[in-house]
Amino acid sequence: MRVRIRFTKLGKVRFTSHRDAARIWERACRRAELPVAYSVGFSPRPRLHFGLALSTGHESLAEYLDVDLEDGRAAGIDVDGLPAAVSAMLPDGMVAQRATVIPPGTPSLQEAVTACTWRIDVADTTPAAVGAALEAFLAAEVVLIDRERKGERSTDDIRPAVLAAEVDGAVELPDGRAGARLVVELATVGRSLRPAEFVGALVPVDPDVRVLRTHQWIDAGGARREPIPLAATPAGAGRKAPAGGAP
Amino acid sequence: MTTAASPSLWPRLEPLLARVAKPARYIGCEVGATTPRHDPAKVSWLLVYPDTYEIGLPNQGLQILYEILNERDDAVAERSYAPWLDLDAELRRAGLPLFSVDTHRPAGSFDLLAFNLSAELVFTNLLNCVDLAGVPVRSEDRRPEHPIVCAGGHATFNPEPLADYVDVFVIGEGEEVVAEITDVVRAWKAAGRTEGSREQVLRALAAVPGVYVPSMYDVDYDGPRLVSVSPRYPDVPTRVDKRAVADLAEWPYPKQQLVPLTEVVHDRLNVEVFRGCTRGCRFCQAGMITRPVRERPADQVRTMVRDGLRRSGYDEVALTSLSTADFSGIERVVADTVSDPTACGQVSVSLPSLRVDAFTVGVAAQVSKARRTGLTFAPEAGSWRLRTVINKLITEEDLYGAVESAYSQGWYRMKLYFLTGLPTETDDDTRGIVELGRNCVEIGRRHTKRASVTVSVGGFVPKSHTPFQWFGQNTVAELQRKIGVLRDSARKARGVELKWHDPRASLAEGIASRGDRRIGRVIERVWREGGTFQEWSECFRLERWTDAMAAEGLSVDWYVHRHRTEDEVLPWEHVSAGLHKDFLWQDWQAALAGSGLEDCRWIPCYDCGVCTGYGIEHVVASPTPPAGGSQGTGQDLGRGSEVPVRLQIRRPDPVGAG
Repeated sequence: MRVRIRFTKLGKVRFTSHRDAARIWERACRRAELPVAYSVGFSPRPRLHFGLALSTGHESLAEYLDVDLEDGRAAGIDVDGLPAAVSAMLPDGMVAQRATVIPPGTPSLQEAVTACTWRIDVADTTPAAVGAALEAFLAAEVVLIDRERKGERSTDDIRPAVLAAEVDGAVELPDGRAGARLVVELATVGRSLRPAEFVGALVPVDPDVRVLRTHQWIDAGGARREPIPLAATPAGAGRKAPAGGAP
Repeated sequence: MTTAASPSLWPRLEPLLARVAKPARYIGCEVGATTPRHDPAKVSWLLVYPDTYEIGLPNQGLQILYEILNERDDAVAERSYAPWLDLDAELRRAGLPLFSVDTHRPAGSFDLLAFNLSAELVFTNLLNCVDLAGVPVRSEDRRPEHPIVCAGGHATFNPEPLADYVDVFVIGEGEEVVAEITDVVRAWKAAGRTEGSREQVLRALAAVPGVYVPSMYDVDYDGPRLVSVSPRYPDVPTRVDKRAVADLAEWPYPKQQLVPLTEVVHDRLNVEVFRGCTRGCRFCQAGMITRPVRERPADQVRTMVRDGLRRSGYDEVALTSLSTADFSGIERVVADTVSDPTACGQVSVSLPSLRVDAFTVGVAAQVSKARRTGLTFAPEAGSWRLRTVINKLITEEDLYGAVESAYSQGWYRMKLYFLTGLPTETDDDTRGIVELGRNCVEIGRRHTKRASVTVSVGGFVPKSHTPFQWFGQNTVAELQRKIGVLRDSARKARGVELKWHDPRASLAEGIASRGDRRIGRVIERVWREGGTFQEWSECFRLERWTDAMAAEGLSVDWYVHRHRTEDEVLPWEHVSAGLHKDFLWQDWQAALAGSGLEDCRWIPCYDCGVCTGYGIEHVVASPTPPAGGSQGTGQDLGRGSEVPVRLQIRRPDPVGAG
């Protein structure tokens, strides 16, 4: 039985890496005594499958993982109660919000997700300055940047990966500095674009940014939807208050 | 300065963490971490491990004290680790101090900065952490508003190199003494930490058993020679005796072992099964200074393993000690752990510090039931003759038997650890290291084509409170020559991978290990020249050490390479691990005569001084030595000198495996 779980990564835990998060989940599942299925072989591992990696330092309201449970022992499991049970075993700021059983053959998160919405707070600038830069960016047909991926340098046109972008006013960062907030939707298929790369193309100096993933999107025949929508709950409402700087 | 008024530095740290490597090591948030309630009436401890988080977080000593202090009503404890170079620079640029990882308070706002010193090469990091805390690095410059700088751990058994920088040393085990120190510091706080009171609180601390306050002692020299280290006041002890807890069963800590959110070394549940070791290896400071042997009851070990696994979510447990296979009933405990029906998923057991003479097929089979972890054996020397000199009395048969056990149970790779630069070592002894490795690979090839052995060689650094404390350490050139000998032999040895430690780092360690108070200025110079993280090869430069020695007018040869004499005053003589100096000297002479000494757990006492001095007998559950052991089993020690020319594989009896 495969269960998909939606969770947050907010506050201090945002400084853990994608690999750290995987290890945290493995241990949380063991502590919550979930009947997780193990791989077979010389070095058996619990079968957890993660979605798109979140860069170290970024926060998120919309992380996902799929957990394979042992069919026999998972028979009577309370899937609706699973998020609360496992959240109690997760560090502050990581909260499992909803879980659903997904049918066999469901595409993996890596395959299904085509875009993410990001909220990016840029320090030491104004909405007007960022707005002007953004206007020029969106007006351009081609925006070339130099970047390094897996050790290879390349020059890429990133304009097609920016599906939507707008300035969402002024913001005060946690350390008191003033800044501007951007909300952008970036494609994750093809040559994907990272939020930091996008900001780098927009603002010439390397500014301090605070990045929050607010949505991941699955393209469902033209209409888009979230892998697990948060029904009536407003985005970001967790059961635990994350330590240090909820959005 | 009161802790209650100190705000968290977190909002100002956040932007810095976005710019440094591995920021997760600075966030705390571990499973098991507490959020202490600070109160001006409580004594606040900042427990600092002066190396990276990855190295420091698993340290059990620090975690034990963290729990014991936080269980008290009158104390709080938080933790800190040395920030890596990138964050150090960011903090200094931003004008921010060293901070705790629990609530991100400034280090300088705590009443005590307590350092865990496991090794000498971290000494410069202690100075750096004190400085980064905004506290004067030299004790004499500190004022009542500054924290008291403490240090404990194995490397403080020679406290003299840091005597001008650390206010208070704790010699030995900390479980009980932290409470006594808390009482003294609480009274000092209650009295208002007034002008001039620092001297008084330090003098009061000097009266606590096991506590050494170097500023309460005068040091006399005659030229280079040390004449005496003597107390300045009658209420200050002439000799500071180490602390040791009598019964490990009363200290089932850590109860809430910290589970980090990011990768660290020894990332597993650790359960200490005994403390102390009487194997009597003459090079081993840990074995000498932690006597007597005190075993944890097997039932308590089982409980700590079961509860710890359930609480932590770990899938691996290490049963720790200086020689875990010596633990009475080890096979039973391992068997119960791997086959515990209540365990969720797979559990593997690792047994660090394995003695080859106690690693039987039975243990191997139990350990290999779950995932196989790495296997390391430490024969330490390449010939029986030299192993007799260092009193590591394991025979080639023992080693090959253990290796056979491991390969037969499915291992295909193992690591052998050796020392070079040992007293009386000849090139034949050195070449014997590779020979042993080659023979182990041959045994392995009968089981698997993949069989390989990593031979890891470290340069021997003599340590205080051991029979080898009088031995002149090999020079860098000599150690390099021996490594050359090894490399030549290893070139022809298929399946043997040779690794060695940098002999230059061994020299720096030698300077710091057996130095007197004058070495403090050398350490300060190395730190001021940027020499932090000296255990990390990318940060280490020997020239910083040799230049500092020259600048202080001190001779490397005099401190490190000469053999010391029986009549000279050793810099650490006013600190006692309970071992009689004449016992150590006789053992040194016995070593030079090539004479071994059996384990005293199961045979009559040699009167080393510890058991009688502390009124603690060795606490062992079993009246008989472990199966398969060559030491302490009443065997003929002459036997091992018959070095087998051809391999005679003895299949050890799987005693107790059924």
